[in-house]
Amino acid sequence: MKKIEAIIRPEKLAEVRAALEKVGFPGLHVCEVEGHGKQKGVVQQWRGDQYRVEMLPKVKLEIVVSDKDVKKIVQAIVETAKTGSVGDGKIFVSPVDEVIRIRTNESGESAL
Amino acid sequence: MRRKLVSGLLLGMLALGLALPVLSWAAGDPTGANTGTIADVSAATAGAPTLEEVAATAGHNKVAINMMWVLITGFLVMFMQAGFAMVETGLTRAKNVAHTMAMNFMVYPLGMLGFYVCGFALMFGGMGALGTMGGYAGLNQEFTLHLFGKDFGLFGMTGFCLSGHYDVAVFAMFLFQMVFMDTTATIPTGACAERWKYLAFFIYALFVGSVIYPIFGNWVWGGGWLATLGKNFALGHGHVDFAGSSVVHMTGGVIALVFGWLLGPRIGKYNKDGSINAIPGHNLPMAIIGTFILAFGWFGFNPGSSLAGTDLRIAVVAVNTMLASATGAVASTLWMWRVRGKKPDPSMMCNGMLAGLVAITAPCAFVNSISACLIGLISGVLVVEAAFFIERNLRIDDPVGAIAVHGVNGAWGCLALGLFADGTYGDGWNGVAGTVKGLFYGDSSQFIAQCVGVTANIIYVGAISFVIYKLIDKLVGHRADPAAEVHGLDVPEMGVPGYVGVKMDKFSETPLSR
Ligand SMILES: Nc1ncnc2c1ncn2[C@@H]1O[C@H](COP(=O)(O)OP(=O)(O)OP(=O)(O)O)[C@@H](O)[C@H]1O
Ligand SMILES: [Mg+2]
Repeated sequence: MKKIEAIIRPEKLAEVRAALEKVGFPGLHVCEVEGHGKQKGVVQQWRGDQYRVEMLPKVKLEIVVSDKDVKKIVQAIVETAKTGSVGDGKIFVSPVDEVIRIRTNESGESAL
Repeated sequence: MRRKLVSGLLLGMLALGLALPVLSWAAGDPTGANTGTIADVSAATAGAPTLEEVAATAGHNKVAINMMWVLITGFLVMFMQAGFAMVETGLTRAKNVAHTMAMNFMVYPLGMLGFYVCGFALMFGGMGALGTMGGYAGLNQEFTLHLFGKDFGLFGMTGFCLSGHYDVAVFAMFLFQMVFMDTTATIPTGACAERWKYLAFFIYALFVGSVIYPIFGNWVWGGGWLATLGKNFALGHGHVDFAGSSVVHMTGGVIALVFGWLLGPRIGKYNKDGSINAIPGHNLPMAIIGTFILAFGWFGFNPGSSLAGTDLRIAVVAVNTMLASATGAVASTLWMWRVRGKKPDPSMMCNGMLAGLVAITAPCAFVNSISACLIGLISGVLVVEAAFFIERNLRIDDPVGAIAVHGVNGAWGCLALGLFADGTYGDGWNGVAGTVKGLFYGDSSQFIAQCVGVTANIIYVGAISFVIYKLIDKLVGHRADPAAEVHGLDVPEMGVPGYVGVKMDKFSETPLSR
């Protein structure tokens, strides 16, 4: 099993979720996050002084899936979240050792 | 039930329709042309007034028009307090809204009480006859120094708590002048925002209305020595300031300069390496609505300063006022957009419009419309450059630009009068025969009088502000507790956040000094 963590633009969330709906996914976890990539934020102006807003609002999606589904889900996210400008976000994929469904105490892939 | 109601209504309307032709529309005076006739002239024999009775009514009506004008424009100026509150609060941070608003709120009653107890007396106790409002002459005690064979009026000595002057003209004058004083009083709260201990502010607010403002005001508007520079030394018409570029705005701006400088910058404004952190305000819509309220109130401020609704020059005054506000806003916007930055900075737009208004306040009655446009245009550039100079060179932290708007452009407005006054108005002003002319229209001595007035303002207001600042500092201290300042003054100083239940965005905070 793998955990897919996708950090995307907040305004893209609805579109990405719709695309995921099409390819199918077991469950999903969303949270609002703040962060920056290699441009280290954006520069704004106040009364003639430049200042940098370092943390930008983003949305993080977390989806834990079986290994075989990783590719299509990542694909769907990349296709819909992309604008081509800097700050489109990132996807991290990492292994997950165990999943347990609390209601039934099932574990492993059947608990997804 | 509902059906009954509807059918009842319909029936009623039908009845009304049928009755229409029979109802009489001829009664009354629908055009108004016949309302107010000879019968309305107070006369011993109704409908047949004598010439004296007609003349008495005409005189009473003239004074009534003037007094209505003074009162109504005074009400407009009072509303400028709301404008100041919104501009200052919008341009500062969310964590200090209750504190900034509470300063702008309480400065109104505190300043007023100080002005009632002694400010009005010091300012107008020796002004002489209230010419446009019936000529009441009881305010006639000026403290005067005799030097080089000339009289130098320094302050008035009657009218404390308005006692001894239970007169409608004096009361109208008090209301109008009180709201002007409160405009001055509320200017420094912007420059000192986000770090001023509320108790220190509280004491300041009493001093400004009772002492700081009225003394200089007496010199210009109360018959004091700046007003008589013309009579005494042949300097034009003396220092002329129609609605208060110096008396009101420069005074507020110089207090703001001294207090802002002594108070020191907000924590986090300047870095140890000398670089500057921008500290963005939290609500631009609030600042812009506040600016509109101020611009609206200025139609009371400037045209009202004729103290006479029957002085029809008020049309010129009003148009000059709006034109200068327009060129001021356009100039500051373009200057920020094209010369000093890359974007049309909204907060500087507001400063630019206010700068134009402040600058036209002294000359509004004496210049033509092209000059008004030019005065505003220059003020729009001046306000941006002054704001930069104050922040970067003087290193005084003025969160809202109060010093640049009111101090610098107040001075500019007075000088502009000495340059652009076109000689179409002001015959007999300050007891000097002839109209008011500036340097460009042939009277260089008027320009000198304006320079003297501006210099006197800087020296007097600067010095007394310094002394009062130090006095309050000894008594209670000015600077809010640093921990409270970092946290936001709302809870530590006022006991409640201004925005209850709203989560602040911690990343919008400027980092502490690097
Ligand atoms: N290496 C990282 N580790 C953790 N989070 C990251 C990392 N890189 C980016 N993020 C998160 O992703 C968000 C979007 O990053 P962003 O797309 O700007 O990355 P980038 O590397 O700068 O790419 P681009 O050049 O396309 O802007 C950031 O705001 C941050 O929350
Ligand atoms: Mg980036």
